[in-house]
Amino acid sequence: MTEIHQELHERRILGTELLWAFGVGVLIAAILSMIVFTALSIGVNPPSNVERLDPKALHLSGEFAEDNLGTSVGSDGRVVVRVIATQFAFLPRCIPVPVGRPVTLRFVAPDVLHGLLISGTNVNTMVVPGYVAQVHTEFTRTGDLLMPCHEYCGLGHSEMWATVQVLPENQFQPDSNGRVSCAQR
Amino acid sequence: MHSVKRLCLAHFWVAFAFFAAACAIGTWQMWVRSPLGASVGTPGQYYMLVTAHGVALAFVLTTFFIMGFGYFVATTALDRQLPGKAWAWGAYWLAVVGVVVAFAPIMNGQASVLYTFYPPLTGSAWFYIGLVLLVVASWIWAVLMMVAMTAWKRENPGRPVPLAMFATVANAVMWLWTTVGVAVQLLFQVIPAALGLVHTIDVGLSRTLFSWTLHAIVYFWLIPAYIAFYTMVPRAAGGRLYSDTMGRLTFILFLVYSLPVGLHHLLMDPEHGNATKFIQVVLTAFVSVPTLLTIFTITASLEIAGRLRGGRGPFGWIATLPWDRPMVLATGLSFVMLGFGGFGGLINMGYGMNAMVHNTSWVTAHFHLIFGGSVVIMYFAICYEIWPRLTGREHPTLSLLRLQLWSWFVGMMVMTLPWHWLGLQGQWRRVANFNYADPIIAGWGPWVIVSLIGGIILLASALLFLRNLAVLHRGAVLAVARPLYAIAVHPPQRVPAVLNSFGLWNVLVLVLMLVAYGLPIAQFLIEPSPSAIVHRMR
Repeated sequence: MTEIHQELHERRILGTELLWAFGVGVLIAAILSMIVFTALSIGVNPPSNVERLDPKALHLSGEFAEDNLGTSVGSDGRVVVRVIATQFAFLPRCIPVPVGRPVTLRFVAPDVLHGLLISGTNVNTMVVPGYVAQVHTEFTRTGDLLMPCHEYCGLGHSEMWATVQVLPENQFQPDSNGRVSCAQR
Repeated sequence: MHSVKRLCLAHFWVAFAFFAAACAIGTWQMWVRSPLGASVGTPGQYYMLVTAHGVALAFVLTTFFIMGFGYFVATTALDRQLPGKAWAWGAYWLAVVGVVVAFAPIMNGQASVLYTFYPPLTGSAWFYIGLVLLVVASWIWAVLMMVAMTAWKRENPGRPVPLAMFATVANAVMWLWTTVGVAVQLLFQVIPAALGLVHTIDVGLSRTLFSWTLHAIVYFWLIPAYIAFYTMVPRAAGGRLYSDTMGRLTFILFLVYSLPVGLHHLLMDPEHGNATKFIQVVLTAFVSVPTLLTIFTITASLEIAGRLRGGRGPFGWIATLPWDRPMVLATGLSFVMLGFGGFGGLINMGYGMNAMVHNTSWVTAHFHLIFGGSVVIMYFAICYEIWPRLTGREHPTLSLLRLQLWSWFVGMMVMTLPWHWLGLQGQWRRVANFNYADPIIAGWGPWVIVSLIGGIILLASALLFLRNLAVLHRGAVLAVARPLYAIAVHPPQRVPAVLNSFGLWNVLVLVLMLVAYGLPIAQFLIEPSPSAIVHRMR
C-alpha cells in the first residue's frame, strides 16, 4: 500500500466512525427530546420540591404533628396525605385515597433515610431527613396496594410497610374535619 | 516482564478470594429471601452479610484487581521497569490493612450499614477508616501510573503512549477526581459522626457528595474491561484494532463524562430541584457515547478478524471468529449482557421513567448485569490471558475455561432477568425476608426461586474460576507467550498532544463539575439542610 492509499484508507475508517457517531448523536437527541416533551406536555418530572423542614421538631407542632397525619380533604376539595416515615413504620399504617382524583402525598422522616414506592403505580420517592418529599398522583384502580420502605433504614427495614387503600368515590367519605379513615374490613 | 509478577499475583489473589466469598454470601442471601429459606437467619445476620457482600465486591475485588492490572499494563505495554516498586508494595500492604480494619467491625455486626453507608445511620468508625486506607492506597497506585507514563514519554519524545497505558492512566486520573466526593463526605461528615465528635449531620449534603463518587466509581471498575476490548480482543481474535484514535477518544470521554452525572442517582430525592437534575440527565445521556463508539469499533475489529479467517457476506464473519478462545468468547457474552444492561440503564436515567424502577430489584438487576456480568466476565478473560504470563504455565485445557465463562453468563442471565421483571412488579430492594403470605408478594415466589438457581450457577462458576487459576501455579511450563496487545489497522506514528495527555481534559472536567455540581453543593453552604440526628448502630 502506498502512502497515499494508506491515508485514503485511514480517512475511510474515520468516515465510518463519524457516521456511526452521528447516529449516536441522533439517538441521544431523540431520547432527550422525549424527556423534554413529556416533562413539558404532561408534567413527567421527578419529585423535586426543595422544601426544608427540621426533622428534630416534626412531632412538636405544625403540619406533621400527630393530629394532622393521614388523609384529609381541604375545603377546596384537594386530597392531601401526610405521612411520617420512621424506624420501622409509616404513620399512619393505612392510607385511604380516592380513585380517579388528584392526590398529593407528603412524607417526612424524623430519624434516618427512608424511601417508598406504591406497588403498581409510579409513586416513588426518597424521604430524606430535613426535607418534605412530595408526590402528585392519581390512582386509577380501586383495591389495596403495598407501600414498602425501599431504602435500608436499619435492621427492621424489612418490616416497614403501609397499605394504601384506593377507595371508590362512595366509600371515600371525609368526616366533618375533612379527615378520611381506612375502611374496616 | 520486569518482575512485577509477584506484585500482580498478590493483588489478584486478594481480589478473587474476596470475590469467591462474596459469591457464596450472595447465594445465601438469595436463599433466605426466597420462599425456600423464609425462616432462615435473622435480619441482623442478613444485613451484616449484605454489607460484607457489597464491600467485598464493590471495593475489594475491584480496587485490588484494577491496581494489579495497572502494574501489569505499566510494565508490559510500556516495556520498562515499574518506577516506585517499593511504593507499590507499600500501597498493597496499606490496602490489605484497610480491608482488615474495615472487615473486623463488619463481621462483628457493628457496621451493618451496607456498602453505601447512607448517613445518618452510622456504624463503627473503624469500618470507614478501613475504607479510607483502601482509597489512600489506590491513590498511591494512581500516582504511580502517572509517573510511569511520564517517565516513558520522557524516554520516547513525540511517540504516542501505547493505548493500554493511556487508558490505564485515564482511569487513574478519573479515579482521583472520583474519590474526592466520598473522601470529603467520610472525613468531614461520617467519621466525625461515627467517632461521636458531632451528633448531627446534613443529610442532603452528604448524599450529594456521595453521588459525586457513586457513578464514576462504576466506570473505574469498568475501564479494565474496555482496555481488554481495545487492546487484547482484536489480537486474540486474530485481527487488528479498527481505530486507535477512537480508543483514545473513548477513554477521554469516560474521563470527562463519568463525573458530572452522579446526580441521576438522586432523581427521586427531595433536596435537589428539577433544573439541576435535568442538567445531569443530559450529561448522563452523553456518557453512553463512549460505550456506543466502543461497540462499533470492536465489532469492526472483530469483523476484520472474521474476514481474515475466510468469513463472507454481511454476517458470515461472525461464524468464522475463533469463539473457542476465552477472550473472544467472553467478549461476545459481555456484549450480550451489555446490550440488556445498557437498555435497562437508559430507563434508569430516563428522568421521569426512573420513578418506575428506583430502588426496586430492577436496579439490583441492572448493576449485577452490567458490572457483575459484562465487566467481571472480562476480568476473567483478562486473567485467563495474563495468568500464564505471570506464572509461566500453560492452561492444561481451554474447555474448562469456556465452561466457566458460559456458566457465568447463563447464571447471570437466569439471576438478573427475573429481578428486572420483579422490579417492574414493585419488588423493592434490600429486604431480609418477604412476607409471602401477602397476595401481591405471593406471586413473586416462583421468580425469586428461578433467580436463586441463577445464583447457584454463579457460585459454581466462581469456584471453577478459582480452580482454573490455581492449576496455573503448577503444571506444564509455557513454551512461548503469544504477543498480547493488538496492533491497529493504522498504528499511530504521531498523535496530537490532546490525544496523548490529560492536561486539557482535566480542565474540561473541572468546568463540567462546576456546571453540574457547583450549585447543588453550594446550596447546602448557602442554606444548610436542617440537620438530622446521627443514629449509631452499635
